Amino acid sequence: MRENSVDKLKIYRIFARLKINIKIKTMNHYESVFILNPVLSDTQVKETVKKFEDYLVSKGAEMISKEDWGLKKLAYPIQKKKTGFYHLFEFKSPGEEISAYELEFRRDDSIMRYLTVRLDKDAAAWAEKRRERVKPSKK
Amino acid sequence: MASIEQQAKGGSKGEIRYLTPLDIDTQVKVKYCRFKKNGFKYIDYKDPDFLMYLVNEQGKILPRRLTGTSLKYQRKVAQAIKRARHLALMPYVGDMLK
Repeated sequence: MRENSVDKLKIYRIFARLKINIKIKTMNHYESVFILNPVLSDTQVKETVKKFEDYLVSKGAEMISKEDWGLKKLAYPIQKKKTGFYHLFEFKSPGEEISAYELEFRRDDSIMRYLTVRLDKDAAAWAEKRRERVKPSKK
Repeated sequence: MASIEQQAKGGSKGEIRYLTPLDIDTQVKVKYCRFKKNGFKYIDYKDPDFLMYLVNEQGKILPRRLTGTSLKYQRKVAQAIKRARHLALMPYVGDMLK
């Protein structure tokens, strides 16, 4: 009886290890758009964007692309402002980090809106096409 | 008096007659799902110009019965429009959008 329970424990440990390994390996593909307060100066905007990028990289994310849509008009006023700086990040990250990442967004006053979406297979293909389309126009 | 069956078969010979031949266009225009037809796989919420076609002039999402979109894609359309609204790329309420 005693031996049996020891075996179970071993098997359980092996499974636990496997689970941990799987968790480390799964990197999901994400995309997040956020709107920055238009009151900020250019340097402040760059700083905030840099801050979030650094945050992601420090949590083990892999940046794929960044896009700056510039100052855009909002379809409706948010916090009594009619414009905002739009930024887009595309990255691969372990899924557990996302809630903490969104919490960072909520803590930062200069961010008016954010949206993080996991990209499925079709969406990732679309995003790749989009990157190809956007890049040549910038150069 | 001819029986009803005879009337139906006989056409003009029967007692029921139309003064002018019926000229109603009964063919219904066949609706199709534009996403299925064009091989769309993903509907992008970052493209408000396109999503505007799927919305009425108040900014409401158009029903499937008007656009002909299949259910699978209607769900994606709705999701994309809602995301675009959250990011202020599209209005929640509008007036004279078109």
